[in-house]
Amino acid sequence: MSFMQKPKVSHSQRLHNELGLSLRDYEGSMSTLCAGCGHDSITAAIIQAFWELNIEPHKVAKMSGIGCSSKTPAYFLSQAHGINAVHGRMPSIATGANAADRNLYYIGVSGDGDSLSIGLGQFIHALRRNLNMLYIIENNGVYGLTKGQFSASADVGSKAKKGEVNLQPPIDPAIAALTLGGSFVARSFSGDKAQLVPLIKAGIMHNGFAMLDVLSPCVTFNDHEDSTKSYAHTRQFYHPAVHADFIPSKQPIRAAYDNGDAMPVELHDGSTVVLRKVSKDYNPTDRAQAYSYLHAHQKRGEIVTGLLYIDEAQREMHELSNTVGQALRDLPYSELCPGSAALEELQSQYC
Amino acid sequence: MKPTDTSNPDYFHKVVDCQWACPAHTNIPEYIRLIAQGRYADAYLLNRESNVFPGILGRVCDRPCEPACRRGRVDEKPVAICRLKRVAADNRGDISKRLPQIPKQKNGKRIACVGAGCASLTVANDLMPLGYEFVIFEKQHEPGGLMRTNIPAFRLPAQVLTEEIDMIVDMGVDLRLNQPISSMRTLLQQGFDAIFVGSGAPRGKNLDIPGRYDDTAHVHIGIDWLESVAFGHINSIGKRVLIIGAGNTAMDCCRSSLRLGAHDVKVMARKPLSMTKASDWELEEAVEESVEMVECHSPKEFVIKNGRIAGMLFEVMEYQDDHGKLKSRVVAEKFYPADDIVLAIGQENAFPWIESDIGIELDKWHVPVVDKTTMQSTRPGIFFGGDSAFGPKNIIWAVEHGHQAAISIHKYCHGEDLTDRLAYAMNLTSTKMGIHEWSYSNSFDPSVRRLVPHVSLKERFKKINIEVELGFSAEQAQVEVERCLNCDIQTVFFAPLCIECDACIDICPTACLTITANGDEDELRGRLKAPAENRQQPLFVSAALKQTGRVMVKDEDQCVHCGLCAERCPTAAWDMQRSVLKIPYAGDQNPQPAPQRRTA
Repeated sequence: MSFMQKPKVSHSQRLHNELGLSLRDYEGSMSTLCAGCGHDSITAAIIQAFWELNIEPHKVAKMSGIGCSSKTPAYFLSQAHGINAVHGRMPSIATGANAADRNLYYIGVSGDGDSLSIGLGQFIHALRRNLNMLYIIENNGVYGLTKGQFSASADVGSKAKKGEVNLQPPIDPAIAALTLGGSFVARSFSGDKAQLVPLIKAGIMHNGFAMLDVLSPCVTFNDHEDSTKSYAHTRQFYHPAVHADFIPSKQPIRAAYDNGDAMPVELHDGSTVVLRKVSKDYNPTDRAQAYSYLHAHQKRGEIVTGLLYIDEAQREMHELSNTVGQALRDLPYSELCPGSAALEELQSQYC
Repeated sequence: MKPTDTSNPDYFHKVVDCQWACPAHTNIPEYIRLIAQGRYADAYLLNRESNVFPGILGRVCDRPCEPACRRGRVDEKPVAICRLKRVAADNRGDISKRLPQIPKQKNGKRIACVGAGCASLTVANDLMPLGYEFVIFEKQHEPGGLMRTNIPAFRLPAQVLTEEIDMIVDMGVDLRLNQPISSMRTLLQQGFDAIFVGSGAPRGKNLDIPGRYDDTAHVHIGIDWLESVAFGHINSIGKRVLIIGAGNTAMDCCRSSLRLGAHDVKVMARKPLSMTKASDWELEEAVEESVEMVECHSPKEFVIKNGRIAGMLFEVMEYQDDHGKLKSRVVAEKFYPADDIVLAIGQENAFPWIESDIGIELDKWHVPVVDKTTMQSTRPGIFFGGDSAFGPKNIIWAVEHGHQAAISIHKYCHGEDLTDRLAYAMNLTSTKMGIHEWSYSNSFDPSVRRLVPHVSLKERFKKINIEVELGFSAEQAQVEVERCLNCDIQTVFFAPLCIECDACIDICPTACLTITANGDEDELRGRLKAPAENRQQPLFVSAALKQTGRVMVKDEDQCVHCGLCAERCPTAAWDMQRSVLKIPYAGDQNPQPAPQRRTA
């Protein structure tokens, strides 16, 4: 952390997006995380993505649970709505908020502890109901706030700072999301913004639950030589399978896509994600193939990244439950709460 | 691009824009920090090391540092460097015991100086502590040269001038007043070991157009007139005055006229005012005193009626830029009435006292041929400096000439090669005090530039020597010092330590850092996080980084030296290090290089 505020120097505010806002307008307060934390880089990528998407900050709701990762919503979009929920329970709170107002952009920031240990049940059910949100797991393999114990995503054989070896197999959120029917499964790395920013943009615009697992090294407890979640290790075994380019709806897609190298996928709002495949035989719309590809590379210790799977046709929670299009607060009270007579009439149908 | 060689002292020196722009390379950020700590005497002495006359320059310096100041690029107005210098000078207290000690045992070398202006005094200041004996010949009855005769007392009080000149004269200089040198040959015969000519550019340019000599009592040469005013020989002028020319001398002439009884003063510029050589602040102060600036008027004729000056006829000009060349054309003629006319159209060197056959080569403009590094003329042992060397410049240039001439004279008197001079050196020390603490005030202060208070328009004309600028109050100075960005606290990068976590890039408030694939400069400048458009400012490029082989690039243009990159760096690959430029002066030995504190 720093004692001073990041100075607002006029030069840094000279570039503006279509709303006339500078990048600095999408920032939050100063980070109190350790210097060099991957989470801060993800925060910067989120700021960049929302700024480039021209989304008004007050149209965004930031959701989080507990942990280093869950502190980060304080560091971006200070004008947005937000709830810092109970440990692991953010998906429920997000479901409730989304049910009440489906017209906001929801971004949840969680960690490997918050989502894969205490909140695993919450996480997979939000995924199952295809809640329309971007769900980022800032994954560093350790519990940083409690001084570096292994988390559920630590790899077998990875060593802690003091030398203990992790023996339990990891939960891979990407494989979990694939097998549980996730509609958008992606993985990236805090040290690769060129890949991360378009993925965040695609995840925000995806109609449904966008699971984005981001490897985010813990510089304090898990960036040593025998760690499999360090900057150096991640870079060494980095395996980008699919590059995703996000193209807003207003922009025409100019490039031609030959020999199956690239695959445009149109999102719900008319924008497009163009998937550029590194290996030709990979098909990011085939769940089974994505699973086996991931599994095969995981065995080799490689970290497969990119937009691994996308199914824009899956229906999200509101579509599944046939709810109204408006935010509940915009409904006339008489419709929102039709009164005891209406309740009795409803109940009489089940007598 | 190749990795930047930061071991070259010039690299970090150039980052300190003000110090780089100052001819004498005064360590500006350091003395501003000393002022911030209330250490005025220390700030004064640090100034004095390089610019010798902090009190004088704190009022009337040409301030090449201020247009260069990084703060001007970051948020419009530069730090009021000059005014802060004055704060140090005004509050320094008694520093007499801290001035250089003069050895009683002399080294037997005697040096003559012609003219007791800033250049000669600087030479004496540098060489007296080394045991030299000095004789300074001055034609006026007071020392100071153009500082005394040409800068009006309402800008530079005589007392300030006298104090700082006395510091040097009191070192034991044999100052011979009222002794003009009329022959170089005679001077050479007096057996001095070396001679330094610092006699200025004392001849004001004339305007030889019809009517010039028909009423000489009311047509004045600017610098001569200012001299007469300074010594009290002239104490009145007509009601309506035309100043011909619009440089800094013109500003002094017009403002002096107002104090001698003129009511209607016009400055007549031949070209558009945007092209004037006058400093912005001097122009502003003249306008504040209701001097009218008339541009694009070229003098045609002095108009005489009944044997007395009645005014001047001008050609009204129009200028057009024709492929970089200025084309002019006369569009009209206009008459301006006047009781007195002052010519302030420049000044030039004059050496009628240097004989042509004594080995001092003069060029076609009758200016001596002087080596730009050694300040030596074509006759060994005779050195020039200040305006007399390369024509009119300013005080701070004259001081720098003096320093360089002093080095040369010292070498000359010891039979050393004049061109074998010490190079500038740079010392770097970390300012890290704790995890997020630095030994300088690193937070960015958004305050706007303080305005220096002036004596009211009602009061200031009552006497000719009422100093108009009052100098900063303590409160103003405290705000202004915090505006300094501490550019000498360098961002030093150790590539082998970088783990490419992006922390510095994310936190940088001006987006001046990028980690990217290397490329050639033009291409690289275009694809940085914020495009590096200012080509005057260099890019720092690191060696290839360990993990990906990319490079760290820093655009020096906008860095505010807040140190956040170093605060956020988990491996201390970035450090904030104070750079101190070692400026060689006369008598300095080649220093042992400081041991490297940190090996990467």
